[in-house]
Amino acid sequence: MLSNGLIISFTFGYLALLFAIAWYSERSAFRGKKLSSNPYIYALSLAVYCTAWTYYGSVGRAATNGLEFLTIYIGPSLVAPLWWIVMRKIIRISKVQHISSIADFISSRYGKNITLGGVVTVFCLLGILPYTSIQIKAVANSFDILQYSEFNQNLIAYPFYQDTAFYLALGLALFTVLFGTRNVEATAQHEGMVMAVAFESVFKLIAFITVGVFVTYFVYDGFADIFAQASLRGLDHLYVLQGENGVSEWFWMSVLSMMAVLFLPRQFQMGVIENNDEKHLDKAMWLFPAYLILINVFVLPIALGGLVHFPMETVDADTFVLALPIAYNQDWLALLVYLGGFSAATSMIIVSTIALSNMVSNNLIMPILLFNDNLKVKYQHKLGKIVLRIRRASIFVIILLAYVYYKEISAKFSLVSIGLISFVAIAQFTPAIIGGIFWKKGSRLGALFGIVAGFVLWFFTLVLPTIVTAGYLQPDILENGLFGISGLKPYALFGFSDMSYVTHGLFFSLSFNLILYVCISLFSTQTSKEHNQAVVFVDIFKYSTSLDSSIIWKGQAYLPDLKALLYNFLGEEKTREVLEDFSLRTGRTIGTKNYADPELVNYSERLLTGIIGSASARIMVASVVEEEEISMAEVLGILKETQELKSLNIELKQKSMELEMASEKLQNMNETLRLNDMLKDEFISTVTHEMKTPITSIRAFSEILLDEDLPEEDKKRFLDIIIQETNRMTRLIDQVLDLERFDSGRQELNLEKTDIRILILQTTESMLQVFKEKGLDFNIEIGFDELQLLVDEDRLKQVILNLLSNASKFAKDKIVLKTFLKDHDLYLQVLDDGKGVPKEEVSYIFEKFFQAKNQTSKKPIGSGLGLAISKKIIEYHGGKIGVFKKSGMTCFEFSLPLQLEHNLVTQSKTADE
Amino acid sequence: MNKILIVDDEPNILLSLEFLFKKEGFMVFIARDGEEAMGIIEENDPELVILDIMMPKVDGYEVCKHIKEKNESVKVVFLSAKSKKQDVQKGMDLGADLYLTKPFSNKDLVSKVKSLIN
Repeated sequence: MLSNGLIISFTFGYLALLFAIAWYSERSAFRGKKLSSNPYIYALSLAVYCTAWTYYGSVGRAATNGLEFLTIYIGPSLVAPLWWIVMRKIIRISKVQHISSIADFISSRYGKNITLGGVVTVFCLLGILPYTSIQIKAVANSFDILQYSEFNQNLIAYPFYQDTAFYLALGLALFTVLFGTRNVEATAQHEGMVMAVAFESVFKLIAFITVGVFVTYFVYDGFADIFAQASLRGLDHLYVLQGENGVSEWFWMSVLSMMAVLFLPRQFQMGVIENNDEKHLDKAMWLFPAYLILINVFVLPIALGGLVHFPMETVDADTFVLALPIAYNQDWLALLVYLGGFSAATSMIIVSTIALSNMVSNNLIMPILLFNDNLKVKYQHKLGKIVLRIRRASIFVIILLAYVYYKEISAKFSLVSIGLISFVAIAQFTPAIIGGIFWKKGSRLGALFGIVAGFVLWFFTLVLPTIVTAGYLQPDILENGLFGISGLKPYALFGFSDMSYVTHGLFFSLSFNLILYVCISLFSTQTSKEHNQAVVFVDIFKYSTSLDSSIIWKGQAYLPDLKALLYNFLGEEKTREVLEDFSLRTGRTIGTKNYADPELVNYSERLLTGIIGSASARIMVASVVEEEEISMAEVLGILKETQELKSLNIELKQKSMELEMASEKLQNMNETLRLNDMLKDEFISTVTHEMKTPITSIRAFSEILLDEDLPEEDKKRFLDIIIQETNRMTRLIDQVLDLERFDSGRQELNLEKTDIRILILQTTESMLQVFKEKGLDFNIEIGFDELQLLVDEDRLKQVILNLLSNASKFAKDKIVLKTFLKDHDLYLQVLDDGKGVPKEEVSYIFEKFFQAKNQTSKKPIGSGLGLAISKKIIEYHGGKIGVFKKSGMTCFEFSLPLQLEHNLVTQSKTADE
Repeated sequence: MNKILIVDDEPNILLSLEFLFKKEGFMVFIARDGEEAMGIIEENDPELVILDIMMPKVDGYEVCKHIKEKNESVKVVFLSAKSKKQDVQKGMDLGADLYLTKPFSNKDLVSKVKSLIN
């Protein structure tokens, strides 16, 4: 007899081994070597189908119902060849649509409907929780049997804290959290978990075959011996093809298990979500049935052997697997068998819990969180963390609920009945899923009503009787039907009493489900979103060629098509930009070939993803890559939606641009006003300053003249100065008024036909004396003979004088005046050999009071208004004025258009008006 | 005899001031810009400098700074058309002893200069 401690250490040792395998695989995957990525591991992970129920329960069922237990495995084996059609499609859809669970799948198919996802999640929980609890029950029973050699499952009522099963449950929850919730993406694969489950599948198979071989060849003398001995005891009926109801029963049970192997949450998790490559289906299609055959080979021999060895039903047939080795004192074999059963139970619990926790977090809690604005705002920055926490919490809650269910309820039922009831619950999803992937018309309402009706009937025909049996309800309802209506008896709806309990429930729930699904779908209209998803699901192979994006685009895309696609979303210019960007980054030239390589295709898809989301983007790209026709209507539909969005977007952009421009304009105007204000202030302050200078002189000399008894000579000199300064003031005032008139546009030119040559000569004449005094050399070059122009003679003289006078102030030795005709202009240049105008001042020099710019140091230019006025005068004549360096000399130049008559006439006219 | 320096780029103003202070018995030096002024200060150590601000080359503020850095006892009187508060403040901050604005009263200027020297 094995000691309690030994069993417990082996149990937890086994768990530790699982941890090690999972940890090692994750490490290995992290380093880039994905151990699980091969068909053998995939097939083994699918064997999570064989739970403790298979391990212990099959023998139990075989002992009572004979070969009928096989239906649970025949169904999946029969349906396996069809996987290429059904499973591959589901896998493809799930990968393309980033689907994370069966609830997600159904909700996604029917327009990403939240209600449907929630309903499926709740029903999954209802269906699977009891199933999970019987795994715990199986482990606990086998543990007790091993420990006490107690073959009858009289559960000893421990408080939970003394119950090994409780700690096992916690350990499993911990394992599940550690290896099941690494990633926030529910679609992310759980490498460690998959490898651990695959290991468990191998382990339970070896354990079961070992005990089978032991019973067949060591206890008995091979198969023939067992069957012979069984026959002697009148057990023939167990291995003849007949069940309670013969063929019909076999049929319905096979159908039930066909659905279960596809849609049980744990099967969906392993078969679809954890699938690395849909090509693995090829091998899994025969490996998985082979596994089922292997694990079932010894079921009947063990059952018969058990019945022969324990004749008087002293031992529950569910425990034969364990009871036989113990009966023959094979302690270590018993321990192996126990661990095998433990592995079957744990793999189911772990995978189911991960699948359920994903559903609970993604389809139940997140929608509530995201639909409640308060919660959404509160958590929106840490949604990733929240999702993980929800999943972890739900794992603990689910496993603990299963434990509670086991303690409170499961004890009262056999393993098989609860397992089958779970199967029927899951079967309710079949119409919605199979219809969903093959029938575009299948609608949300149809699916919803079908599933709900199915579950109501499931509850009524299958769950209600168990509640009655457990003593929670009066048996009245079983005998007389609901509300006393005899047609509504849970065991015999509408008087159908021929079928077995489970078959009856399955038949009615599934029939109503299917009928409602089809009828309501036929008579309801789909929303566009729903229709879109329906099209994608049903025609998935048109939209993608394979799972892995690198494989998907292995085919080549016709470049013009790809470009055209990009144009549609990005516009022509942007498309050119992004393609150029792509060829720059990759060093490939686009356009030398007529086909785009996979990288460009992927690049395009990423670009589109940013605009229309990943799902749509992939469809759009697939449409050109495949060169297969998605119906044009479908593409156009998507295009239209995007275009509408785009034009709305453009409109918004335009509006915001207009606003921006308006605000900029205002800002500019404000700035101009401010600048004008500043300039005005500056102008006034400079004018005052300039006026104070002559006034200061005048006042000082006036006081001197007033107070002193001065010599006549001084008196005269001082009075002369006063007159001089008064003139200066007058000039200044005139200039300011001049400038003001020019500035405000009120200045008028007195235009007359003037001989320019004479005008120039007259002007220079008046300066000759000044040049002579300063010892400056003056040259004049006139490049034309006679030129009559319509100008304001006095004003033009004023400009030339100003330029000459400025030059005289700066020139060292020489001043030159040049005038010539070029193109259609008259040019006049005044050059001096002075130090010139500093570059940074060139742009200011024609502004009024330019010298005021340099606040404190003054330049000997005069009032500072001369050039500003000259500029105005030239501009009034339609000409230009400027300054530059020319062969080492400073050159002030102005030009006047020769055909300025017309301009000037109109201008003076406008001025007249 | 008290030595004073008058600095201004306006010849007529310079002339009037020179005449005025000579008449009052000062030894008067004159300069037409800041650069010239600094040269004269170097050579002749005037007791007081009357300074215009807006001048070519080196402006009055610079000259004042230079004077006060070298010898704080030399009095500086700013005489400028710049009459804004901040201009006056700037002058006084540089250590000037007086800031008078143009146009000025001869009597007033002379008496203030005298009182500064004594």
